Amino acid sequence: MTRFLIGRLGQSLLLLWIVSVVGFAILHLAPGGPMSQFAESGNMTQADMDRMAEQLGLNRPLPVQYAQWLTNIVAGDWGVSYRDQQPVLRIIFSHLGATFELMLTSTVIAIFIGVWVGVLGAVWRYSLFDSVATIFAMVALSIPTFWFGLVVIWYFSIELGWLPAGSRMTPGDGSFANRFHHLIGPALVLALVSTAIWSRYMRSSMLDVINQDYIRTARSKGISEWRILTRHALRNALLPMITILGLQLPNLLSGALVTETVFSWPGMGRLFLDSINYRDYPTVMGILMFTAILVLIGNLIADILYGLADPRIGGRAR
Amino acid sequence: MTVSKSIESMQFASIGRRALLGASVGVCALIGANMLFAQTPPETPTGQVVVGLSQEPTAFNPLMAGIEVDETIWMQIYSPLWYSGPDGTLLPELAAEIPITENGGISQDGLTWTVRLRDDVTWHDGTPFTAEDVKFSLELINNPDFRAGNRMGHELIEEITVTNPHEITWTMREPYAPYLALLAATYMVPRHIIEAADDPHTALATAPVGTGPFTWGARASGDSITLNANEDFFGDGPYLERAIFRYIPEQTALYAQFRSGQLDATIGSGIPANYFAEAQDLPGLVVEAVANPSLEIVMPNLEHPALQDVAVRRALFSAIDSEAIIEAIYYDLHRPNVSFAPRESWAYNDALAPHVFDIDEANRLLDEAGWEMGAANVREKDGVRLAFDISTTTGNALREQAQQLMIETWRAIGAQVSINNMPAAVIWGDFYRLSQFDTLLVGTAFRTGMDPDPSNRFLSTAIPAQGGAGANYMQWQNTEADALLQEGIVTFDMDRRREIYHRLQEIARDELPIIPIYQYQLVEGRKEGLEGYVPNINARHNSWNMREWYWAQD
Repeated sequence: MTRFLIGRLGQSLLLLWIVSVVGFAILHLAPGGPMSQFAESGNMTQADMDRMAEQLGLNRPLPVQYAQWLTNIVAGDWGVSYRDQQPVLRIIFSHLGATFELMLTSTVIAIFIGVWVGVLGAVWRYSLFDSVATIFAMVALSIPTFWFGLVVIWYFSIELGWLPAGSRMTPGDGSFANRFHHLIGPALVLALVSTAIWSRYMRSSMLDVINQDYIRTARSKGISEWRILTRHALRNALLPMITILGLQLPNLLSGALVTETVFSWPGMGRLFLDSINYRDYPTVMGILMFTAILVLIGNLIADILYGLADPRIGGRAR
Repeated sequence: MTVSKSIESMQFASIGRRALLGASVGVCALIGANMLFAQTPPETPTGQVVVGLSQEPTAFNPLMAGIEVDETIWMQIYSPLWYSGPDGTLLPELAAEIPITENGGISQDGLTWTVRLRDDVTWHDGTPFTAEDVKFSLELINNPDFRAGNRMGHELIEEITVTNPHEITWTMREPYAPYLALLAATYMVPRHIIEAADDPHTALATAPVGTGPFTWGARASGDSITLNANEDFFGDGPYLERAIFRYIPEQTALYAQFRSGQLDATIGSGIPANYFAEAQDLPGLVVEAVANPSLEIVMPNLEHPALQDVAVRRALFSAIDSEAIIEAIYYDLHRPNVSFAPRESWAYNDALAPHVFDIDEANRLLDEAGWEMGAANVREKDGVRLAFDISTTTGNALREQAQQLMIETWRAIGAQVSINNMPAAVIWGDFYRLSQFDTLLVGTAFRTGMDPDPSNRFLSTAIPAQGGAGANYMQWQNTEADALLQEGIVTFDMDRRREIYHRLQEIARDELPIIPIYQYQLVEGRKEGLEGYVPNINARHNSWNMREWYWAQD
């Protein structure tokens, strides 16, 4: 296990380095720059903008800028945001809570509903339930989140007045009830798509399992259908879901760009978009590296969990 | 040089017919409502107001670079020496009076300025505010190690002397009339805090301390900023206990939150034009169009082989159906304006020839100038085809429709125009600043702070693509305009300045270095019962007088 972990760590560091080089290059080679937004208003002169670019070190050759950035981040200095004048890590952490709250809620909803819809769809294959679930999943996957979010706001917030039209809480009121009330809309919109995804994965995984010989054997032994389902089929069908969950883990903290924008949710996705629009290089690089680390950790956890849950894989990992 | 009329030069907008008819309709309605209900502000700060913004304020050091929405917060936390009211009059804030020649504030030659300061002002942490703070702020702006947002005017300061704790004097290298207006948007920062900090750039980044009507409360990054009433504020108000600025990135969502009552006011970028009519009928909400100094223009690159011909620009101008753009695309919200100055400016020339949409006239102009119809119905002259790109920022549906409409009518005069839109960060990068565009559809202002001086945009020495240091991205060069601009900067006499800028507007109307389409109005809204809101075209944001806002008592 230790050798496995050390090997994975080495791989991960190499991957992180590649991500940083590619990310840095794309970000800096993209046209525009941090001064663009000041040019728009016409209130700053070219002299002012040139001076600021010089002071921020934006005029130095790209490899020099990258080397500087790399040296800093290896030493634990993630840089200071151009936009906020605050340390990048502090900005990232200040957005994590909102994203985690939203993503965890929607993922829990999605897994709970998705898994059961998938299981029942597989068990009652080609039934009316299965057909409806399949159509529903296809529709949910095809609906643009942006549009659906606005529809939810229009119907539930404006027409019915049941839900707030966005934001995380009412100013001055941070109570659980108030936060929960604000959470419903964006969490449901996000959960819609992932429920569909989870139900499709679960359905095909379950279909694989229930056609296996050991299920037939269990049935021939006279075990009740419910017991076969929960004790034999579900346990095995859930195994591949561990990988999917591992791949989903980074999402819990990296946020949803579109939903967070439509619902004014102050999370990571929103921060990423704002930082890119501003060309806030230190923050964008920070989020990029942070997300890359999450992806690697998520994969690692999935591999370890898989090893624990399935002895066959575990043996190889060791 | 005479500075006798300098008091008048503080009038940035004409007070009178135009102002009353235009921008101040809201003011009148407000005064009327106040008289009817005889509302008075509460004795102690009461209640809170939640204001929706479509951009997030993130820069809290007012001497560093910031955008409009950052200034929204600066206005509440910090104070300038003076500021400009809706009618253009300068109102003293930290200064005890506005410096003019008559009171000895500005010397006859315009080179020595003396400002007397209030003696009853304290910073939010209790430290007294003195002339040393003003000296420190002005020197910080000019400090080569400091990333100052804007040094225009400030860089002309030669020497600053604190004559006593409440009086400061400085000399300038050359007279500069727009400096009064620039100082109206220059906020003073606390010397004792920045000097004690390791880095002046981050000193005010998380817990700004100022002298303004509101003190810093808290910031939820990406969500909102809460400010509290400064009970020791030296001026009138504040009457609200709390002011919350909420960031809602998506304009439709912003409008939805306003409609559903989550926001008390939405100002600044406000409500999209397509909701204007609907929003006006909403019960319990007051929604109105307010004047804005920005102009929507087509900015031609005058180094483009076809666009450098003035006949081409005149023909293109003639062939823009501005009326249809305003009516059909912008729901009649905006107002025509053929000048580079806003209609409310005291320097606005209302005698300019109005725009007439006339395809035949445009065709005649091109025929006369020797542009002959060539292959595929595109005109040509000396091997140059009348073909170019028009660019703007992606994601603005209404602007994209306006582009389509222009391309249609331009096709009728033999111009082949393609759309080349890009994200904001790309457009406003080198593409804009090094004049790499053919034409840009852009909303911008041509003045210096609140002053009508457009030299930063029009001087031939202000072309970045040719090594200049201004914002003349059209690359316009005109000798008479240069002379007028230079005279305007050093002239304090308002009547003479008005003549100068009137003539300049005539030249621009004739030569069309910018092709004007309309002057902006913004749709702003608030809940009924929120008193004190007054739009101010001379402020960068209509939260400028938030200290005077209060809720009507039932």
